[in-house]
Formats: sequence, structure tokens, C-alpha cells
Amino acid sequence: MIRPLIITSLTKTFDTASGPHIAVKDFDATVQPGEFVSLLGHSGCGKSTVLAIVAGLQQATLGGVIVDGREIDGPGLERALVFQSPCLLPWCNTRENVMLAVRQAHPKLNPKEQKELARKYLNLVGVSEFENTLPAELSQGTQQRVAIARALSLEPRFLLLDEPFGMLDSMTRFELQDLVLELWEKDRKTCILVTHDIDEALYLSDRIILMTDGPESKVGLELPITLPRPRDRRELADNQEYYRLRKVVIDFLEHHSRQFTQEKAA
Amino acid sequence: MQNSLKTFALSLVGLFVVGGLWTFLSLNVAPDLPSPWRTWQESKIYVLNPWEKRGEMDQGIGLMTAYSLFRVAKGFFLAIAIGTPLGFLLGASPTFFKMFDPTIQLLRPISPLAWLPLGLILFRQSEPAALFTIALCSMWPTVINTMTGVRAIPQDYLNVARVLRLSPWKQFTKVWLPATLPYMFTGYRLSLGIAWLVIVAAEMLTGTPGVGGFLWQEYNSLIYSHILLSILTIGVVGFTLDRMMGFAENKLRTV
Repeated sequence: MIRPLIITSLTKTFDTASGPHIAVKDFDATVQPGEFVSLLGHSGCGKSTVLAIVAGLQQATLGGVIVDGREIDGPGLERALVFQSPCLLPWCNTRENVMLAVRQAHPKLNPKEQKELARKYLNLVGVSEFENTLPAELSQGTQQRVAIARALSLEPRFLLLDEPFGMLDSMTRFELQDLVLELWEKDRKTCILVTHDIDEALYLSDRIILMTDGPESKVGLELPITLPRPRDRRELADNQEYYRLRKVVIDFLEHHSRQFTQEKAA
Repeated sequence: MQNSLKTFALSLVGLFVVGGLWTFLSLNVAPDLPSPWRTWQESKIYVLNPWEKRGEMDQGIGLMTAYSLFRVAKGFFLAIAIGTPLGFLLGASPTFFKMFDPTIQLLRPISPLAWLPLGLILFRQSEPAALFTIALCSMWPTVINTMTGVRAIPQDYLNVARVLRLSPWKQFTKVWLPATLPYMFTGYRLSLGIAWLVIVAAEMLTGTPGVGGFLWQEYNSLIYSHILLSILTIGVVGFTLDRMMGFAENKLRTV
């Protein structure tokens, strides 16, 4: 049985020169198998911190993350992370970058099968022609495609995306959003996306978790996105529900996320 | 093309200016200093028959240089064999750094002339003492640069290694080593430069055959033109070594 990923009472404190800074406090969320969830909030609200803890790169000060009924204590190959920048190793060509992940996740395959698997995922994200190219010779968008291939080649159960399109121009961003959506439609892998792009969150997600402004940020609002799937960018442009949801999100970000902290201060 | 030709012409002009100054000094100020022409006349036997061996300290300049280069190579490889892992440890472990950095800063500025007698006491032979001195003096740029390189590894790459759960060995070969390699080679280039500086002092003090030993012997025999020959040789060889290492370094940077 596949169980949900549970984030429970997650609190993260950073030690700074001016004393402890509580970035995230009592963050609770449950992500169902096969669900596409976005974490949305202003910059600096701690959404990336939450994702880094889920990925196992950072440790929660209090609370934790439960996967398969167990609290995680570090990175795991069942949780693949796509970073904000492609983070490809510059001294390895595209295939070797993916091979690095393949060898970790599929140690029992023989080298030939591993190579084929790497090729399969490069093909899946549409970069098979750049198999032998070094990352520096590729555009940001293509590099990020390779990074997605690397994450997928782990054949993870959870795909964690940390503002993966933030550094791209808007046309490339659309292309990659479509790619992620298409891949998700295929196998409904559980996805957690951190973003500050409202349209991106609406376009991709089943549910948006809106975070209040930091410090001590937490879940402000959980918004189910009931837009029909498969989604089409052009159809959404005429969809009334889309604009209603968009307004709710903007309302929250413009008003409530801050009001919440003001209330707390008062 | 035009530009590099101009640069080359200017460097020749510089060489002529210094040569002229040398001639002027030898003719007017220091009568013991041989002029460039006399230097050539008196030492061409060494240059024209570079591989000729007439006696223990009377050999062609090619042979003398080869002895010195061989000695430098041994000392240099010893230095980087110790210096590189040391640099990695210092860069990777803050505890190790705090423990040994003060000592290293203390040892770093010590002159080769100070280490050599200690080497002679320890090994009782001139050859290992020379290697000991070369290694100890030339190690530090490798240590410091490797350490800097390790510290400069982007956090992104380390995060990738963690997310992919690479084993320590794989982390080292796939991330740490390639990321640090350009820094290491900068260190190697500087270390080789120092090793070449030290060899002259070491050979002078131990009287072993080589350019430095030759220089010292000719000073004792009062053949000044041979001293100048040695000095020029040391310069040319040092320059060539630096250029070769610089070439390797640039190759690595572009990767």
C-alpha cells in the first residue's frame, strides 16, 4: 500500500548573528500519492526550506517528514530533487550526468542496460541529441531538461521541484511546464513544486499550499485546484474558474499573508 | 597577429637593454664582471657540447641541467604527493584546519637554507637532504591552493552528491577532485617554481653536480663567466618549466 507523505509540525530555526531566526514554524501538510502539490508564497517565506527538509538536505529543528510510515533522516533515492539551477556537473557530459543517477538507483543493471536507461530518460525530456555534449554548451532550458531526466532516472516515487523554472525566460518556462505536466499525466508521480509563479502553480497543481510570510511562516491556506485535466494553457485562458482561483491566490498573497503576521504581532 | 609580433619585438628590445646595461657595467664599473661576449667565448664549450662529461664537476650544461631537473622532479613529486592530500584534509575538515593551520603558517616562511642543515643531520647524506629541503619548501603553494579549491566547491554540486547518495569515494572522484583540479594545478605550478629556486641553494651547499653545484664551484675557481652561464641557464629552465605548467593549467581551466 502506498501511503501519503506527511509533514508534521515542521519547525526550522537558523542561528544568525542576531540570535535564532525561526524561518518556519509548525508547518503541517499531507501529500497524497499521485498528487501534484505546489508550495506558493512570497520570497523568503521558507518554502524552499520546507522542500530542502523533505529532500533530506536540511534537518528540521522540530517536527519532521514521514514517508512510508517512517521519519526520514536524510536524502533518499525515492525522493528526487530538481534544483533551481540545473546543477549538472560541468566536467561530465549530458549522458554521464544522468548515468551518475542511474548507477546509484539501478546498481543491479549491467553497464549496457544502465546506458540504455539513461538514454531513455534523455529521450523522454527531448535532449537525446545532446547526449555527448558538455553542460556549458547547452542553453539553461536544455540543461534543466537534463536535470529533470537525471531526477526521473532515479525512478523516484516523489519528485521535488525547487523553483525549477525560475531562471528561465518565459517561453522556455512554458515549454518546461508543459513537459513536467505531460510527464506527470503519464505516470502520476507524486510531485511537490515550490514556486512563486501563481500561473505556474495553477496550471500544474491539484492543490496549492499557500504559505504565510516569514519569519515563523506556516500554512496559510490550502486551495484545491479543481480545473479539468488534461490541462491546456489556451483553454485555461477562457476558464472562469481559473480566474476565480487566481483571484483567491492573489488576494491571499497581497493581503492575508501579511495580515496574518500583523495579527500575530498584535 | 600584428599585436603578438609587437609584443615579441618589445620583449627583444627589453632583452637588449638589459644586455647593454650588462656590457656597460662590465666595461666601466665592475672590471671583474665578464661582458656578454667574453661570457660566451669562455663558456661556449659547455653550451656547444652540452652532453660532454670531462670530470665530476666539469660537464656540459645539458648534463648539469639534467642532474638538477631530475633532483627537482623527485623533490617536487614528493612535495605534491604530501601536499595534495594535506590540502584536501585542510579544506574539508574545519577541525583539521584549526589544528594545523597555525603550524603551517609558521613553517611556510622558513628559508631553504635553514632546512638544509636539518636535512643533513637527519639523513647524513646530501641527496636525501636536498630532496627533504625541496619538498618541505615547495609543498606550501600546493597545500594552500588545494585547500582553497576544496573550499570553493559550489554547494550545488555537493547537494547533488548528497541527493544522489554518492558513496564517499564517488563523491571524491566525481565531485571533489574534478572541482579542485584547476586549483591544484595552480599550486603545482607555484610549487615547481619554488622547487627550482631551492635546488640551486641545495646544490651550492652540498656541492653536488648540477647547475647550482657548478655555479658554486666556478665561484671558488674564480671563473666568473661560468657563474653567468649558470645564472642564465637557471633562468631559462625556470621560465620553461613555468610555461609548461601554465599550459597544463590553462588546459584544465577550459574544461
